[in-house]
Amino acid sequence: MAGAKEIRTQIASIKNTSKITKAMEMVAASKMRKAQNRMAATRPYAEKMRNVIGHLFHAHPEYKHTFMIEREVKRVGYIIVSSDRGLCGGLNNNLFRKLVKDMRVHRDSGTEVDFCTIGNKALGFFGRFGGNVVSQATHLGDTPHIEDLIGTVKVMLDAYAEGKIDRIYIAYNHFVNTMTQSPTVEQLVPIASTMEEELRHHWDYIYEPDSKDVLDNLLSRYVESLVYQSVVENGASEQSARMVAMKAASDNAGDLIDELQLIYNKARQAAITQEISEIVGGAAAV
Amino acid sequence: MAMTIHVDIVSAEGEIFSGLAEMVYAPAIMGEVGIAPRHTPLVTQLKPGEIRVDTGNNQEMQHFYVSGGILEVQPHVVTVLADTAIRATDLDEAAAQEAKRRAEDAMANRTSEFEYAKAQAELVEAAAQLRAIERIRKGKGA
Repeated sequence: MAGAKEIRTQIASIKNTSKITKAMEMVAASKMRKAQNRMAATRPYAEKMRNVIGHLFHAHPEYKHTFMIEREVKRVGYIIVSSDRGLCGGLNNNLFRKLVKDMRVHRDSGTEVDFCTIGNKALGFFGRFGGNVVSQATHLGDTPHIEDLIGTVKVMLDAYAEGKIDRIYIAYNHFVNTMTQSPTVEQLVPIASTMEEELRHHWDYIYEPDSKDVLDNLLSRYVESLVYQSVVENGASEQSARMVAMKAASDNAGDLIDELQLIYNKARQAAITQEISEIVGGAAAV
Repeated sequence: MAMTIHVDIVSAEGEIFSGLAEMVYAPAIMGEVGIAPRHTPLVTQLKPGEIRVDTGNNQEMQHFYVSGGILEVQPHVVTVLADTAIRATDLDEAAAQEAKRRAEDAMANRTSEFEYAKAQAELVEAAAQLRAIERIRKGKGA
């Protein structure tokens, strides 16, 4: 009975693989819940920050921070948020594909592109892609902390303040729901002034120590919080994408095992039938 | 009941306090400030220290430690955007240098992690090919 043994070992190995994928699926499911909670926890800060920035926009017309001023674009920066690990379906690749398309548009119009990568996958991809990676952060783990991002983001913001970069984008996977994550590219700086434009009366804050210092601080925190939020959201996307991918893998393994089992049974049956017919043939010959 | 002001204390990693208060004391950069209801609009940086919230009703003051941040005052709302990280210009600068150096390192020796990532990608591809071959073979055999 040729092949039967091979099929048996194959079934065993697929079973082992499916055990792993099932375990990964469950781990990802529990991590996803935590990541979603974390995402919810960052929301109040972002909301309050947006309120304050909104107030600022129509409170203080005479001092314009550089982050609020649009200028001609010669060089753009991308902050790319990716996962550290693979095995999460097409999550990172979808994002990168979108970015590569964007980049081609920039290059065609003569705009240079700088990268700031967060996560191993983006670093690997854009390292190979031949981009200019100016700063990076990897291994943020399951609970990213904002202090791990400050330096990485500051490199970009400094370049913007010095006039080396004229626009900064952030790219990450937007968490729609467990099944859907959409790769998203958003403009980070200059801050788009789409705030509600209702000037009831002219008023201004008291700034301590002075408006420039406070605004510098506030705006860099604003950008950091946006980046942080993207990282957290990307984390949730990663876990849910992994969960779905691993579920698909487990299902496929199940199908494969069923098919192989059928083939194995057929092979075994064929061998038995052959043996019997040989015996019968032999007996008839005697 | 005495006049109250709404207080929100939030950090990037979560909400810390939200509620009404009669008085809020915060460690502003130029000295401690006490905010009562209907205070004039104010934005200031905070230095590391303690925020005390007097919720009134003869209850004890609530204490929160912040390592810095921004305080915004509107006549009826006080918002504290607390930092979770310890911030200082030179510390931030050091972090930025570190991030740059990491990127340069990674670009300079693309061996370890790039190779690993590449190898992994190739492995996945090879596995997919094998699976396809397997399927074709099985299709013919069955």
